[in-house]
Amino acid sequence: MKKTFAFLLALTMVLTLCLTGCGGGGGERTVNVCGWGENIDPDLINQFERETGIRVNYQTAESNETMYALIRQGGTDYDVIVPSDYMIGQMIDEGLLAELDYGNIPNFALIDSRYKNLSYDPENRYTVPYTWGTLGIIYNSSIVEEEIDSWDVLFSGKYSGQTGMIGNPRDAIGAALLYLGYSVNTTDEAEIREAYELLSSAKSNGMYQGFFMDQLYDKMEAGETAICTYYAGDFLTMYDNNPDLRYVVPREGSNWFVDAMCVLKGAEHKEEAEAWINFICKTDSCLANMDYIWYASPNTEALEQYPAYYEEKNGEALDPELYEIMAAPASVLDRCEVYENLPPETQQLYSQLWVELGIG
Amino acid sequence: MKNKRALFAVPYVGWMTLFVVAPIVMVVIYAFTAASGGLTLENFSRMGTYAVVFTRSFKLALIATVICLLIGYPLAYWISREGPGFQRVAMMLIMLPMWMNFLLRTYSWMSILENTGLLNRFFSAIGLFSLINGLSGASIEYFPMINTQGAVVLGMVYNYLPFMILPIYSVIEKLDGSLLEAARDLGADSARVFRKVILPLSLPGVLSGVTMVFVPSVSTFAISKLLGGSNELLLGDLIEQQFLGTAYNPYLGSAIALVMMIVVVVCMAMMNRFGEGEEQAVML
Repeated sequence: MKKTFAFLLALTMVLTLCLTGCGGGGGERTVNVCGWGENIDPDLINQFERETGIRVNYQTAESNETMYALIRQGGTDYDVIVPSDYMIGQMIDEGLLAELDYGNIPNFALIDSRYKNLSYDPENRYTVPYTWGTLGIIYNSSIVEEEIDSWDVLFSGKYSGQTGMIGNPRDAIGAALLYLGYSVNTTDEAEIREAYELLSSAKSNGMYQGFFMDQLYDKMEAGETAICTYYAGDFLTMYDNNPDLRYVVPREGSNWFVDAMCVLKGAEHKEEAEAWINFICKTDSCLANMDYIWYASPNTEALEQYPAYYEEKNGEALDPELYEIMAAPASVLDRCEVYENLPPETQQLYSQLWVELGIG
Repeated sequence: MKNKRALFAVPYVGWMTLFVVAPIVMVVIYAFTAASGGLTLENFSRMGTYAVVFTRSFKLALIATVICLLIGYPLAYWISREGPGFQRVAMMLIMLPMWMNFLLRTYSWMSILENTGLLNRFFSAIGLFSLINGLSGASIEYFPMINTQGAVVLGMVYNYLPFMILPIYSVIEKLDGSLLEAARDLGADSARVFRKVILPLSLPGVLSGVTMVFVPSVSTFAISKLLGGSNELLLGDLIEQQFLGTAYNPYLGSAIALVMMIVVVVCMAMMNRFGEGEEQAVML
């Protein structure tokens, strides 16, 4: 019995370790950055450390929600965080972010005005955009012989059992909302429930292999999954390994997202954080980063120069179609919406419906 | 003298207090706290909705535990009866997979079980599908294995089997040989020696093995994500969603975790009661 109990205790410890979070401290000049995994060219970190003598402690979070949970639970030492649009909106509402001193970030001027003053930060007081991209449908042209241009392939039809739905509620329910012709930012419960019903009946008809996130890299590349929803930058990584893959932003429109750098309120190294943000905004840094992570930069010059940069670095011209996927042209963005922070009741509804979908 | 020896326990007790007792206390506090502060039972009011998830998790964990026991016990018994050199090698082989990261191993199973995975490609290469199709007129190209409950159970069995074998092995291996001799001298045949002596004496190992397989199985979330395709929520997924999902709700998460802990403790207590009367336990 003692053993049983000890084991149970250990189990709970693991479950609750996240409650206590983890601490840490700094001595010399440091900046603590938290972004997604594989979302920065590591050379940039070395370069910044050499140039400024500020040590970068780069940490990663798995998703916006994980990052948010870590911050809310306290005990994190992040200075700079790089969440996405809707999460930034929520963090601003909850007073978690510090206003930036744009005087310390002169390179902010290099950022294209399209990515400034967006709905999550209308006066642009808290954020400096880092990357942007679109959500779309990825399909394997050796299995799917037609050209796909609508979300309907995800909800019915002949690719039943070969489709992988995205494994987070905002994007999955969002795709259903778009197919039904509603806004991804709707707060109308009836519309959201209708989208859920669509998703749920497709699931019970055996439409989906499962609800996947990063497993999709392997599954799409191997041809295990024929169609899925995922992000443009990740498509380019997959495409590198399987040139049969295609990417499309459906005609009904989609989500275009912006990940932006923010500084947490009460950050210990605000000055260093702003130096880091300024460094990342430099055109050279943006070019290197674009080349490494395949996500488009919001820096105007970098966007213009990237095809030439790619050609110089790789000795071959950048396929203009791929470049359009990476940095969607205005004609595509015009039919896309940025996620806004949803009110708590709607968030509650999303998560409740997501659990119901899993209960099945 | 006795008091001095108690000092040896200080590191362990300190560790337990900090990382085991304190978190549990926090779970209990959170479970009874409302998001807006103040005591509440509200977090438990929705527990009924999750009944399906509870039964599903316990069912899959139970199946995995039974399979582990059926495979693990004979194996542990066989190994413990062999020579010491063989035992060392066998133990090393059992531990070997544990040197590799749990997630990596589970991820590999994903590639093995997929429709276009290793196993199906192997079946296809040896002509199994054309044989079946020729015989039955069907047209299958693969066995659907991934993203099913079966795959989840397989993942549990694969990952936790060593935790069943090791405690059983160490108990049987230390059995007093003279007891077995005595039984034989008194006229018991080997089946009877096993049933009347070895099995009852190995029960403590079985009990800890069962615990060590059942408890992590019931709360897993990585396995259901990778091998079950997140199609059917398990308890671990449900709890994880409350902490790291869209609706950040550690209060509800703690309440679910607490109910799960209580159910597990009750199950284990019942099982251990069962184990006390040796005869009944043998029936198990």
